Order: sequence, then structure tokens, then C-alpha cells
Amino acid sequence: MNNLKKQDLKILCVCGVIFAIFQVLLYFEFIDPYWEANIILILINIILSVSLNLINGYTGQFSIGHAGFMAVGAYVGAIMTVKLELPFVVSLLAGTVSAGFLGFLIGIPTLRLNGDYLAIATLGLGEIIRICILNIEYVGGASGFMGIPRITNFPWAFWIAIFIIFFIKNFKNSSAGRACLAIRENEIAAETMGIDTTKYKILAFTIGAGFAGTAGCLFSHYYYIAHPASFTFMRSFDILTMVVLGGLGSMSGAITGAIVLTGISAVLADYPEWRMVIYSVTLIVLMLNRPQGIFGSKELSRKMFKFGKLGGKIHGGTAES
Amino acid sequence: MAELLKVDNVSMIFGGLRAVSNFSMHIDQGELIGLIGPNGAGKTTAFNMLTGVYNPSEGEITFDGKRINGKKPYQVTAIGIARTFQNIRLFSELSVLDNVKIAFNMHVKYTLAEAELRIGRYYNEEKEITEKAIELLKIFKLDGLKDEEAKNLPYGEQRRLEIARALATGPKLLLLDEPAAGMNPQETHELMEMIRWIRKEFNLTILLIEHDMSLVMGVCERIYVLEYGCCIANGTPDQIKHNKRVIEAYLGEEVS
Ligand SMILES: Nc1ncnc2c1ncn2[C@@H]1O[C@H](COP(=O)(O)OP(=O)(O)O)[C@@H](O)[C@H]1O
Ligand SMILES: [Mg+2]
Repeated sequence: MNNLKKQDLKILCVCGVIFAIFQVLLYFEFIDPYWEANIILILINIILSVSLNLINGYTGQFSIGHAGFMAVGAYVGAIMTVKLELPFVVSLLAGTVSAGFLGFLIGIPTLRLNGDYLAIATLGLGEIIRICILNIEYVGGASGFMGIPRITNFPWAFWIAIFIIFFIKNFKNSSAGRACLAIRENEIAAETMGIDTTKYKILAFTIGAGFAGTAGCLFSHYYYIAHPASFTFMRSFDILTMVVLGGLGSMSGAITGAIVLTGISAVLADYPEWRMVIYSVTLIVLMLNRPQGIFGSKELSRKMFKFGKLGGKIHGGTAES
Repeated sequence: MAELLKVDNVSMIFGGLRAVSNFSMHIDQGELIGLIGPNGAGKTTAFNMLTGVYNPSEGEITFDGKRINGKKPYQVTAIGIARTFQNIRLFSELSVLDNVKIAFNMHVKYTLAEAELRIGRYYNEEKEITEKAIELLKIFKLDGLKDEEAKNLPYGEQRRLEIARALATGPKLLLLDEPAAGMNPQETHELMEMIRWIRKEFNLTILLIEHDMSLVMGVCERIYVLEYGCCIANGTPDQIKHNKRVIEAYLGEEVS
């Protein structure tokens, strides 16, 4: 068991090194502002995809309204910072807790039911949140919530992403996490093994929604503005694509998916018409060759390289084995 | 001996079908009871009622002095009934070890905060659960396969894993739904030895659904016979063997 601790420390050290390298590159402006912005967006997307993976990948519930929870975090965080002039940490916490609480409220009635109810409910919820925001003048209505200071920077985004990755990793390796996996695998068997399935589904959904709120708060404090158009169904769909592309149920996959898809978008930003083409072709090729996603439900590990299962096509990431 | 389970006039109605009709049964502490009957007789449905998967339409089920109908499956498991499934329901993409560890879930005391911070009881309890799970796997000769995904196991091993997993919940009463289905005679024989052994070792009461008559006759102390949802006979293997109705209705042939 102490191996676990050692491994965690090793991963943290690697993260520290990666952080230092990027920080130096940014300091000496080897990375231009355009890519700096994209790196931060990648980190925010990583938070979104690993938190959605907790719900869809680990617990096997089909949520497609992640952008809605992100919006809640973005706006609540902005209110805390701009209207109440509270420190950023408080905004982050408020954004996280409020999105999580909303997830909890939505989860109670919908997660009791099996099947597609959650998908429909979360889809609807995402839209309802967006339309509510559109009509609330207090937060800027249709023109968006302007005048948010840029507080999110590389260190904030990086370390919060690492924190959330570790949080979800530790969750997965606990009895609660195993309960969620059991629910995904076979709900009746899980219940028969003494697992209160509704409770754990709600728990996973609440945590996932909460972290989407964290991502939203980082997002609005980077772009100076929170705008309803940023949180449409298309964003929910993007996040879902990252998770599925990487491999539903794999943390390494969710991270890789976020890096690859955000990266493709960034590289092709000057050719918006090509962006969607390449995006779709990537997905089609992947779905034909690896319908289970890049990683399947496996994690990045040394064993994987030994057997060469992936042919070394793996993009870096801070994955656990 | 103390009565552990009492099923009183229980029925399960699906639309117009009485899958189980006015079924009564009592099991004492430590007994090994058989439940037999032709396909579609309602045996699995009876198990589903005992474990909270279905809520009986009529009647009452009392376990260990507590009324259990209407309880959810996880609540029933918590008060000491565990089961296996006729159509195997393992956590197929998870490792053999994790399949068993999941069944210890109810007994975990560490909080989510302790797990997140990796402090307090987390390490010790995880270690303890892992050790106990491996011990159980050893009993079922599965410890060598502990890192294998459950779906990759041969049929017979999957059935044994289901029993190991059920035992991990710490039951007083174990319900086995056709545990020998799909096994060859050699495997079946070993399984029955194993069932006898765990019963003694874990101080269990066992209710067993089985298709193979000779097998049930060999190991069970008392037998209930279902046909079209109705209990047509119950008694010792000898009584059942010579019961006219059973011979006519269920077997249509002589029991050897
Ligand atoms: N959920 C259900 N809905 C409707 N009918 C069911 C359901 N479960 C079982 N039945 C019916 O109940 C009868 C008994 O089934 P079952 O208990 O599985 O039989 P056995 O296990 O003895 O072979 C069958 O006719 C079956 O079709
Ligand atoms: Mg059956």
C-alpha cells in the first residue's frame, strides 16, 4: 500500500517538472500568447473531461449537460469576484459548490431512474440554465457578464487540474469509487452486493458537476467575460467527444482526448472551415479503428508500453497506472 | 433450531401471470435446502423476492425476525442474505480481485475524506479488504487469476467467483441459483464439496436452486418443489423421491 504513496509522489514530482518547464518557457516567451491561451484552455478542458469521465466513464451514467454546470461555475464565480469583491479562492469554491449542489438536486430525481432519463434531463438542464442566464439582467443577460478580471493564469489552471485529477483518481481507488464502477458494470449485481446504487450515482454526479463548475470559474476568469453563448449544447458535446475519443472510463484517455481535440482546434484556428472537417475525420478514423477510444477503459502504464498495445502513439499526460 | 427465514403465502404476479403463487417456506439456522422445479416454475422469481429485486405482490417474508419485503436489495444484503445469479452477473470488465473487494463495500468504515487524503483508516482497511478477498479467492482456487478480467474466466470459474463474491458480503443465508449450470460432472462434484465445506466453515444456511435432481438429492437436507408457481411438495430427499405428484408433474420419469 505504501507503494501507492510512493507512486503518487513520483507522479507529483513529474508534474512539478512539467510545470517548471512550461513556466520557464512562458517566462522567456518561447511560448507565444496564442499558445499560452490554448494551454490554459487545454487545462480547463482536462478538468471538464476528467470530471465528465467520472460520471459517464466510471459510473456509467449518461450525462450530456456538462456545459450547464460549467456555466453555473462561471457565473457564480464571476458574481463573487466582481459584485461581492471576494478573493478568487472563494469564487472558485463558490462556483464549485453551487454547480455541485445543482448536480445533486438534479441527480436526486433523475438518477433513481434507469436508462436515458439522465441524458434527457441533463440535456434539458443545460439549455434551461443558459436561457435563465440570458434573462437575468443582474449577470448581463444576453450581452454576457463583462468586466471579470483575468485572474486565471497557467499556475492556477495547472495546479487545479492536477488537484482534480488526483481527487478523482483517489476517488476511483476508494470503496466509493469501486461502488461506482460496479454500478457501471452491472447495476443489479451492485445492488445485491450491498451497494446503495442511487447514493453513489448521486455522489459521482455531484462531484463531476462540481468540478465542471470549477472549470467554468477558471474559464470566466481567463476570458474577462462569461457569455451564454459559451455554454451551449455544442460545448457539452465537445467535452463528451473528448471523453469518448480518449476512451470512456479511462482517466488517461480523458486527459489525452482534451489535449488532442483542443490542440487540433488551436492548430486549425486559421482555417475554421477545415477545423470541423479534420475534427470529424479524426473521430471517424478513430471510431473505425478503435471504437473503444484511444485507451479503452485502461490507464496509461508501463505495462502498456511493454506490450506495445498502443504502438507508442500516446501523448503525454499525467496519468496513473 | 432457530428459524432464520420464513416465507408466508407469498405470490408474485406479473400482469396476468402468477409466477409464484401462495408459496410458503421456512428455513432453520444451518440447514441446506433445495428448491427444484421445471424451467419457468418460478424458482428464480422466488429468489428475486427474497433478495428485494422484486417486491412480492402478496404475502410476507421474515428474515432473522425482521420483515424484509419492500426492502431494497442492498438493504436485504445488509441484514445477511447474499445470492448468485442464474445468468451470471459479474462485474465483467473489472478484475477478479475487484469483483470480490466490491462486495466488502458495506463493511468499509473509512470516509471519503480519508480516502481522498489517503490518511487514517484508508490504508489499513484497504489492505485488510484485499487480504480477505484473496483468502476467499483461495478457497475457490481463483487466487491465481486475481488480476484477470472477470469476463475472461471460463464458465465454471465465473460461477465460483460469483459465490466468492456473495460470501464477501458476510451473509447468514446464501442463495445459489443453479450454481452448477454449465459445469461438467467433475466440476459439479467439486462444487458440491465446496458448498458443503463453506457451509461449515462460514456457519451458513444455504438455499440452492438446482436442475440436476440427483445432485440436489445428494446434498440437500430438505427440498421444496415448485411447479407453475405453486409448491407441490416439500420434504426430505427420500420423501420427494417417492412423492407421486413430483414424479408425475416434474419428472415424468423415475428418479434413480
Ligand atoms: N420480470 C418478469 N416479468 C414478467 N414475467 C416474468 C418476469 N420474471 C419472470 N417471469 C416469468 O415468471 C415465470 C417464472 O420464471 P422463473 O422464476 O425465471 O423460472 P425458473 O427460475 O423456475 O426457471 C416464467 O414464466 C417467466 O417468464
Ligand atoms: Mg431460474
